[in-house]
Amino acid sequence: MHVIYDNAIKTSKYNIFTFLPLNLFEQFQRLANAYFLFLLCLQSIPEVSSLPWYTTVVPLVLVLSMTMAKDGSDDMSFYRIENLTDFIIYGVSLSLSLSLLLLCLSLLLQADLLLLSSSEPLNLVYIETAELDGETNLKVKQALTVTGKLEDSVEKLANFNGEVRCEPPNNRLDKFTGTLTLKGETYSLDNERILLRGCTLRNTQWCFGLVIFGGPDTKLMQNCGRTTFKRTSIDRLMNVLVLSIFGFLMIMCLILAIGNGIWEYQEGSKFAAFLPKGVNAPFSAFLTFWSYVIILNTVVPISLYVSVEIIRLGNSFYINWDRKMYYPKNDTPAEARTTTLNEELGQIKYIFSDKTGTLTQNVMTFNKCSINGKAYGEKTEKVDFSWNNLADPKFCFHDNSLVEVVREGNPEVQAFFRLLSLCHTVMPEEKKEGELYYQAQSPDEGALVTAARNFGFVFRSRTPESITVVEMGELVTYELLAVLDFNNVRKRMSVIVRSPEGKLTLYCKGADTIIFERLNPSCSNLTEFAGEGLRTLALAYKDIDPEYMEDWKLRHHVANTAMDEREEKLDALYEEIEKGLLLLGSTAVEDKLQDGVPQTIEQLSKADIKIWVLTGDKQETAENIGYSCNMLREEMNEVFIVSANTSEEAFALEKDMEIELLRTACMCQTVICCRVTPLQKAQVVELVKKYKQAVTLAIGDGANDVSMIKAAHIGVGISGQEGMQAVLSSDYSFAQFRYLQRLLLVHGRWSYLRMCKFLRYFFYKNFTFTFVHFWYGFFCGFSAQTVFDEWFITLFNLVYTALPVLSLSLFDQDVNDWWSFQYPQLYTPGQLNQYFSKRAFVYTVLHSGYSSLVLFFIPWAAMYDTVRDDGKEIVDYQSFALLAQTCLLIAVSIQLGLDTHYWTAMNQFFLWGSLSVYFAVIFTMYSNGMFLTLTSSFPFIGTARNSLNQPNVWLTMLLTSVLCVLPVVAYRFLRILLWPTINDKKIHKLLLFPHSRRTSTRRSGYAFSHAQGYGDLVTSGKFLRRTPKSRPALFSQTDSPLAQTQPQFYRTISEREEPPLSP
Amino acid sequence: MGKAKANAGPLARRPDNSAFKQQRLPAWSPMLTAQTVLPFFYGMAIVCVLLGVWLLVTVQNTHELKVDYTHAGSCDKCFEKRKDRANANQSCNCTVVFNIENTFKGDVFFYYGLINFHQNLRQYMDSRDDGQMIGRNKNLKNPSYYCEPFIKDKNGLPIAPCGAVANSMFNDSFTLMYHSAAGSRVVPLFRKGITWYTDKNVKFRNPQVENKTLTLAQVFEGTGQPLYWQKPVYDLDPWDRNNNGFINEDLIVWMREAAFPNFKKLYGVLNRAIEPFTDGLPAGNYSVLISYNFPVEYFQGRKEVVLSTVSWFGGQNNFLPVAYLVTGCLILLLAVILTAVWWKFGKNGRNMKE
Repeated sequence: MHVIYDNAIKTSKYNIFTFLPLNLFEQFQRLANAYFLFLLCLQSIPEVSSLPWYTTVVPLVLVLSMTMAKDGSDDMSFYRIENLTDFIIYGVSLSLSLSLLLLCLSLLLQADLLLLSSSEPLNLVYIETAELDGETNLKVKQALTVTGKLEDSVEKLANFNGEVRCEPPNNRLDKFTGTLTLKGETYSLDNERILLRGCTLRNTQWCFGLVIFGGPDTKLMQNCGRTTFKRTSIDRLMNVLVLSIFGFLMIMCLILAIGNGIWEYQEGSKFAAFLPKGVNAPFSAFLTFWSYVIILNTVVPISLYVSVEIIRLGNSFYINWDRKMYYPKNDTPAEARTTTLNEELGQIKYIFSDKTGTLTQNVMTFNKCSINGKAYGEKTEKVDFSWNNLADPKFCFHDNSLVEVVREGNPEVQAFFRLLSLCHTVMPEEKKEGELYYQAQSPDEGALVTAARNFGFVFRSRTPESITVVEMGELVTYELLAVLDFNNVRKRMSVIVRSPEGKLTLYCKGADTIIFERLNPSCSNLTEFAGEGLRTLALAYKDIDPEYMEDWKLRHHVANTAMDEREEKLDALYEEIEKGLLLLGSTAVEDKLQDGVPQTIEQLSKADIKIWVLTGDKQETAENIGYSCNMLREEMNEVFIVSANTSEEAFALEKDMEIELLRTACMCQTVICCRVTPLQKAQVVELVKKYKQAVTLAIGDGANDVSMIKAAHIGVGISGQEGMQAVLSSDYSFAQFRYLQRLLLVHGRWSYLRMCKFLRYFFYKNFTFTFVHFWYGFFCGFSAQTVFDEWFITLFNLVYTALPVLSLSLFDQDVNDWWSFQYPQLYTPGQLNQYFSKRAFVYTVLHSGYSSLVLFFIPWAAMYDTVRDDGKEIVDYQSFALLAQTCLLIAVSIQLGLDTHYWTAMNQFFLWGSLSVYFAVIFTMYSNGMFLTLTSSFPFIGTARNSLNQPNVWLTMLLTSVLCVLPVVAYRFLRILLWPTINDKKIHKLLLFPHSRRTSTRRSGYAFSHAQGYGDLVTSGKFLRRTPKSRPALFSQTDSPLAQTQPQFYRTISEREEPPLSP
Repeated sequence: MGKAKANAGPLARRPDNSAFKQQRLPAWSPMLTAQTVLPFFYGMAIVCVLLGVWLLVTVQNTHELKVDYTHAGSCDKCFEKRKDRANANQSCNCTVVFNIENTFKGDVFFYYGLINFHQNLRQYMDSRDDGQMIGRNKNLKNPSYYCEPFIKDKNGLPIAPCGAVANSMFNDSFTLMYHSAAGSRVVPLFRKGITWYTDKNVKFRNPQVENKTLTLAQVFEGTGQPLYWQKPVYDLDPWDRNNNGFINEDLIVWMREAAFPNFKKLYGVLNRAIEPFTDGLPAGNYSVLISYNFPVEYFQGRKEVVLSTVSWFGGQNNFLPVAYLVTGCLILLLAVILTAVWWKFGKNGRNMKE
């Protein structure tokens, strides 16, 4: 009981001392690095060593140190995050030296607690579970009365001596069973008493709790799913390719070794007079095999992995730097939290999106209303509410005529707003005179009361028996006789009040369909906002006869205290009185989708990305969201529902059903999964990953999305909302859903394109380089003699070609971002793996085979039996090496130029710079000074001077370049002509109409909900026991998250029959 | 890079609006369109064909004559003699006769050629010590282990120059005779100036000694001659004392290893100061007197003598001119095909429609 849980979750790998050995150990676990270490060992054997040690050591050291720097900085950032999240918990729990927690206001809970006592009446605490399940309305938890007596007395708490027995840690968020034994008595504990990690305390000054689960045992962490190291499909392909390259390398070496055996047998033995070897042919072949392993190792380039990392890092920086993904409202730039997945952003096939806070904004606004058959709220100028000194300045409405009507004293309009100011369960808070704050169970209720307030019917305060309203500047107190609270079945709420004049009135608001059934047949039609995608609340009232009321009240009291079937009896009573209502009008509260959501979804579906919405909400809400964000459209008739409730859904995810589910789902244009738990979200993602072999992306903002974010290939967190759980476990984060299209269609596409171009070019370059050695084997008795200077071999990948290829893969664009948006179809090649696949790899190998033939045999034939223009030697080994390596470098540089589509100054600079550096380096290395200082390392003295002044050398280079490049140009030209890809077509179009622009249309969607209110509390009379002085506003227009729990649904999309007309 | 800006405020974390960070760097995007590709191909075709023709004319103006003397003429007996290693120390001279039909105008170069001699074997090429050849005293007495197994001779003395390359130095010598109506005379050859300037002056130097009065033989005292050599390194050129030691030009030429198993190396340059060779080699009958020492029978090699003139383009090698001509023609063909395809499919942009 007194054990303090270690609540830390360790994410950093190293400390200062373990860093070097651990990191090195890890790095050498990588196949490539281990391979190079093995090569290094081979090179230390003199009989085998065909290259000096530095050809391997220099690249290896560079690669290791760069990776080490990156790992170190990554780990540092992990370390910082860890400290941030754990600071609060340690600070509080240790100071009490008990695992009791004093929780302050608005604090994110860090452990699962048993609630003991709180500052609020009835030991209530208000919590928000947005982090857990996405629901942003307040929930109430109540402590046991026995523990509630402890209050905030530290001594009592410290002496608290009970025993808690409970279930082992599990991932059920909605269930908890346990018992508390205190002084011999046993109390049952259920979910009502438990505060889970990830909840946020609201509206509660303090509370005490007993830590039940901490750290990884908490339900939140149990729900997070496994953190797996994510690899991109390119990564996996690369691994396969590297393995097959190994195989290929072995085959090449084997061929050359066999060649060496034969050569030794036939000729080498006779040449032994000049070169006594002392080994027989088979052993010589064996040694040669290893020598060639060293020489041909460049087919498995060590710099490949490091270059790939650098490219991904660079492209991640672009995401961080992108202004168009920066959300100025809360100063949030996009962030690439993982730097190793970029190119996969260009291959997404499925998007799994959360609804709450991801698709929708958090703001509820009173948007339109219809009073007595007349609609208000057409977009005109903004209404000036300055006449009303109690008005909420943040509220805005766009129809002046409504204000005029209210101020004229139109009785219907006034009744309309009176209803809004009376019929609710909002709690007011007045910190200063005239500064009102409303705390509502659901934000849209708050929005309605705020609307009434601004139109001059200010809900000022309430007691259990009365409601005080300022009606057009006049203080009026209504006697509150009954609150007929909202629930999901009734889908309406009513209040019965007695006005100061003594008139009894029932005010009712609720779902339009429900209200219509209860209207007086004489009622007029209600203006619908259906066509605009708005859903409406209908408002109605009824005057009540005092005698009937007396009778009803009596029966109500009886029912209310009944021990059995209380609910049913109350329902029947409510049903009885809510009849024959008179319609006042209707309201339309709007919870806007985030800006640009429908357009984004449209764009993404044009890019052939399938979007599934996974939400914990009920079916109706989800469907409505589907309609408002263009996913479901009117013309889609066949909306059918596979599973309706939680248990069935879970059932469908079981083994035998999952393929069926997937097949059905994939046939649909749009998939919306409702009532899914966090873990089921992850299961759906896993299902698609498993059977569709497609790249998936999950996007969400709450802790309930964490498992899905972790399960998908790419997880995106919406930041800037409350809570950081989703962001912390995501790979990319930004503030608005609409940035997703830029992330995918621009950054993802470019990253993928760049990575593929890079890989193709890189393999081309290295294969060409290596094959030349292979051909030379046939001329040098398979003795593992290199064609190139050893220094060239060392520096080729690291210096001469590193920067140009990096600039290609950091700056290249096929079309600019605007065109990428204009033609989302350009995204499809990535989904089909068209730019880099095994097939493309084979083409690359064949291409480099051709190039290497040209690059070896043209210089060979051109130099055969020739001499310098002064008759001296030019076909010596050193001159030939220089010629061959220069030909190679020029040819691969030109090839790079051909692959570059976007020539920035950087590309030019790096390409020309690298060529200049090459010439500078060879003239330096082949200089007298270098030779005299390090004779054995630089034997090529004078080669550059003596051979690069020869015209036939340059003519050979020209010919090799022409022969290497022109076929490629011709092939590409023909391909564009005959089999243009989608890219070629768009680029062609761009050439024809470089300045055409399309204006985009803007649409908005709406969704809103309503939730069960505080009816019980309002009437219980105890909520005013204490005057809350320092409570913050629960509901404010700007930052409160969207309420989505227990929603009440107002279907307006479906065709509805007209209600009967009244005369 | 990427540092958060110091200024606080509502937009503190807003990324910079630089062209680099926003990926809006001004750039040139070349496209493979008919307007660029086709003219380029035709242009390249013309360039290649013209180059080919020009080079062909140039190469045709050079002369080259190769005489294989492995067992031609009287060299047959020497060939047989060299088969037996026991005769290694016996000298053998022979003569090969040939005829020059057209005058070799200009500078004429005398080469010896070896067929199927692998100077490019890795172990062979490595078997040398540049530190010794540059005249470092340390290396002279203590050659690099790379020279294995030609480091020490049978007396245990360090070999100078050590290694397999030097050991297998070509040791035939030639005297070219011109037989005209006026009688036979020796064609004068420069035996110096046949190496790269850098080799002669930088890469190869005799050991440096304090005492300038020492003869070369004394400098090399305490070293052994390579096993297959008949003469020590300080005695390679009996006629020119300055052409001895490591800076002997025949040695330097040999030490510049050939890239391929068939190669020729410069032996001498015609001295055109003397009549009747001022214009080059006149047409007529010639013979070469060969001191036949180098055995080639073991590795099925052949030896030849090459006489050649050069142009600005180097020696007589027809590959590049022909390759340029062929390439030019191929490019032209390709250009025509591309034009036809473009005319049929690409001109109206039909394939570009979606």
